Amino acid sequence: MPVTVNGNPIDLPADPRVSLLDLLREHAGLTGTKKGCNQGACGACTVLLDGDRVLSCLTLAVQVEGRAVTTIEGLADGDTLHPLQAAFVEHDGFQCGYCTPGQICSAIGMLGELARGVPSAVTDDLAAPAIALTHDELRERMSGNLCRCGAHNGIVDAINDYYLEAAE
Amino acid sequence: MTPFTFARAENAPQALQLAGLHGRFLGGGTNLVDLMRENVEQPASLVDVSGLSREIAETPEGGLRIGAAARNTAVAEHALVRARYPMLARAILAGASAQIRNMATVGGNLLQRTRCAYFYDVEGSRCNRRAPGSGCDALEGFNRYHAVLGGSPQCVATHPSDMCVALAALDAELLIEGPLGARRVALTSFHCLPVERPEVENGLAAGELITAVELPALPLAAHSTYRKVRDRSSYAFALVSVAAALSVEEGRVADVRLALGGVGTVPWRARKAEAALIGSAASAANFRAAAEVELEGAQVLRDNGFKIELAARTVTMVLEQLAGSEA
Repeated sequence: MPVTVNGNPIDLPADPRVSLLDLLREHAGLTGTKKGCNQGACGACTVLLDGDRVLSCLTLAVQVEGRAVTTIEGLADGDTLHPLQAAFVEHDGFQCGYCTPGQICSAIGMLGELARGVPSAVTDDLAAPAIALTHDELRERMSGNLCRCGAHNGIVDAINDYYLEAAE
Repeated sequence: MTPFTFARAENAPQALQLAGLHGRFLGGGTNLVDLMRENVEQPASLVDVSGLSREIAETPEGGLRIGAAARNTAVAEHALVRARYPMLARAILAGASAQIRNMATVGGNLLQRTRCAYFYDVEGSRCNRRAPGSGCDALEGFNRYHAVLGGSPQCVATHPSDMCVALAALDAELLIEGPLGARRVALTSFHCLPVERPEVENGLAAGELITAVELPALPLAAHSTYRKVRDRSSYAFALVSVAAALSVEEGRVADVRLALGGVGTVPWRARKAEAALIGSAASAANFRAAAEVELEGAQVLRDNGFKIELAARTVTMVLEQLAGSEA
């Protein structure tokens, strides 16, 4: 059974050593997902697996047989940017852009976790049925995505704006 | 990465059959895939057990059974874990990043290997844990992150898991299945001190698989927490961490569970400190004294002496917090 990437079936590699990241970039030609550290430290390779954010560099492609992967290429609607992509442009949420696809996929997954009520390390009340995305919550929840240009302020503003607009 | 065969197991008996005595079980892959890429590990056969039971359910005794394939996030967000074992939810949430917690399984977390830089440095460093008998470059090297409790001339690497520190405090048990049948073992006797054979990290026999973790009913644990001290405020391994549950009656410690992370070669259950605390007045001075009892035999290396004071202060602060917030 192939893996479904942005709605399209992609055949699994014959060699089980191929990571999901390399399958996307080298086999499927989807180079939006970036290889930063290739060891799970930077978050540049973040994709959505059945809606959950994961690191494609530490995932073997054969592990996701039959499952649905969404990459940065799967977010826009034709030439119309996903609203979070548009918010990154609006707020200068990047300089070199290398971490951006991972930041955006991660933020989408993060907001799904928040909507589900998943607490974080800075959540005071573990029993709270709903958690607001405060500045501290946003920063903690996005700590798995590094930006070496130092565009974090713009990234935080972009995600926050999208969150507030989506909440309206 | 060296070549390997890959198979996916649908259930535990099939996993055991596919792995035999030499296959390696693969959970989320967040540690093992990295170790394979770095050539620290070179398994010839991987059996994917990430599709096995991830159920989180109450036991007839009022505890909680967590399938070993449950993702770390699933445990931390579970309503019963948050209400009855908050230290476990907080320990998991203090570890790694959200992406990694979404991937990593409970079984894999239990089997995490140390992040000692010499363990990872295949080309350039000696490490008894990776290459038995080769020596330990951490003893005379950069050892700021290394253990002050449970080390030996063989190895001073810290156990990296946050989750396991909480499980040690909670008296968790591991359910294990293997070629010779099923058994259960206490978390606190699962991980091995690096005495003579540091490469042997736990009590799993060849071919054995962890299928679940069981938490006992422990009303005390509803009043518990986990505090992690690290070099940056998120996404870093512990310098010191403390898992604690506390019950105070009429100003005295009625019951307590205490475990330490970041300081030991294994998740460190602080039984000496617990014994010192029971029945004593719930005061900062006594909390500090109990921490010092636990740390009495600590062995300091060149760079990690600060951990003693840091651990004593963190234990004191956490217990004060629990004592102060008790209803």
